[in-house]
Amino acid sequence: MQYLLLLNAEEAGFMRMSPEQQQKGMAAYMAYTEALIKAGAFKGSNRLQPVSTATTVRVVEGKTQVLDGPYADSKEQLGGYYLIDVPDLDAALSWAARCPGASHGIVEVRPIWDMGPAASAGA
Amino acid sequence: MLDKGGGQQAHAAAEEVARRSYGKLVAFLASRTRDVAAAEDALSDAFASALTDWPRNGCPRNPEAWLLTVARRKAIDLFRASQRHPSSPEQLELIEAAMAVPEHNEIPDERLAMMFACAHPSIDAATRAPLILQAVLGLDAKRISSAFLASPSAMGKRLVRAKEKIRQAGIPIRVPGHGELPARLDTVLNAIYAAFSEGWTDPTGSDAARRDLTDEALYLSRLVVSLLPEEPEALGLLALMLHAEARRRARRSASGEFVPLAEQEQALWDHAQIAEAEALLHRASALGRIGRFQLEGAVQSAHVDRCRFGAASWQHVAELYDALYSLTGSPVVLINRALAVAEVEGAAAGLGAMPDQSADPRLAEYQPYWAARSELLARTGAFKEARRANEIAIGLERDPAVRRFLERRRAALPE
Repeated sequence: MQYLLLLNAEEAGFMRMSPEQQQKGMAAYMAYTEALIKAGAFKGSNRLQPVSTATTVRVVEGKTQVLDGPYADSKEQLGGYYLIDVPDLDAALSWAARCPGASHGIVEVRPIWDMGPAASAGA
Repeated sequence: MLDKGGGQQAHAAAEEVARRSYGKLVAFLASRTRDVAAAEDALSDAFASALTDWPRNGCPRNPEAWLLTVARRKAIDLFRASQRHPSSPEQLELIEAAMAVPEHNEIPDERLAMMFACAHPSIDAATRAPLILQAVLGLDAKRISSAFLASPSAMGKRLVRAKEKIRQAGIPIRVPGHGELPARLDTVLNAIYAAFSEGWTDPTGSDAARRDLTDEALYLSRLVVSLLPEEPEALGLLALMLHAEARRRARRSASGEFVPLAEQEQALWDHAQIAEAEALLHRASALGRIGRFQLEGAVQSAHVDRCRFGAASWQHVAELYDALYSLTGSPVVLINRALAVAEVEGAAAGLGAMPDQSADPRLAEYQPYWAARSELLARTGAFKEARRANEIAIGLERDPAVRRFLERRRAALPE
């Protein structure tokens, strides 16, 4: 089964760190990614630009509304994700617990909606 | 033609198999598809078929295997229908093979794995016990809801949601590995204890749905012990429940009045159950890993000893509560500990050891907190305050017999 690990954290926390600490933080993520790849569980991952760069769009009664800022205005923000492929939820949870993001933020684990062989053929 | 007697016999046979095998068959099917609801549907279909087939053709030699064969066919149909897109023939073959009746008709017992899935940390905590009762014991939502004081439709929805989560989130129906086992077993034991406690709140056993729940919880607990005989907390929970169960008949007088432990007629205790509980606690302590349920069982054991042999073991009880508090941090433990402290060091010391209401606002609505306060205040001579605490306790109690008991205590307070 595929799961998306959504990494939520306080963005300001990273900004407050010294360059050295930031370097260490990045290294932890790289090691984690490497471990996922070695285990054959890695499907994809990306880090997002800060929420200050976010724009929300919605169409109301045919009119497009474009707004500055993220959808959810909370203390923690979505900062990145991992897409993994593992046998079951327990395996996904144990990968989530190892993710550096779980130590300085919150990792939400969501199963991917299986759209069938046709939809995943290109992946 | 089928005669009435044969029909009744088949009915009785089907019911007997249902009680014994329901959870085993659901667990077997569901662990292969992860679809608990479909496994239950398939099985109830199979039971319906049995009721028409068995009176006509006689009870099969292996009813369990017969039911599994029929249920499996249905489960495969359901699986096919549940897929949003046609499954490949290979995929269906794989599922069919996995659900085949095992050789020699020996169906593996996967009920423990099922309990771990039902009590998974990602399942809503309040739904874990009801889910176990349904998936492992086959209790219907109506009976479960009356036991847990919920509306049948609300309970039904919670159960449906939980089963969907098992399927959609990919919760494994599996006994966790060694590393995870203790923490995960804890949620299973808590769910069983929750079921027992719900049954226990009907002390006279007049409400059938709740009375049965203590039996079901004992059954589940024995099942866990038989499958994990080396887990001390599993032994501790069974011992704790047996100790409580052993005194059930003595908790009410012939006229239905509440009888506190110290005044109970010991002839009414079930001494075989007490002996079994004691043996379990010994076995658990030999395994060298203490835990909450073992300590609570030990407290029960100390109380029984005190009543039976008059041994002054209050100091021991207070120490057990100390250990329990350091494990759980529960204010309820502090209340019980304060009562033990009062026996050892006097009522004033007991009052001083009571938890502070401001530390946990739930205490304000907790009947035993006010009842204990009232007892201790009365013993220090603060009758007016004792009366006030007693009145609050009466106002919070929902069991009429306990309410009458508290009223008698109030009447005995000097002006």
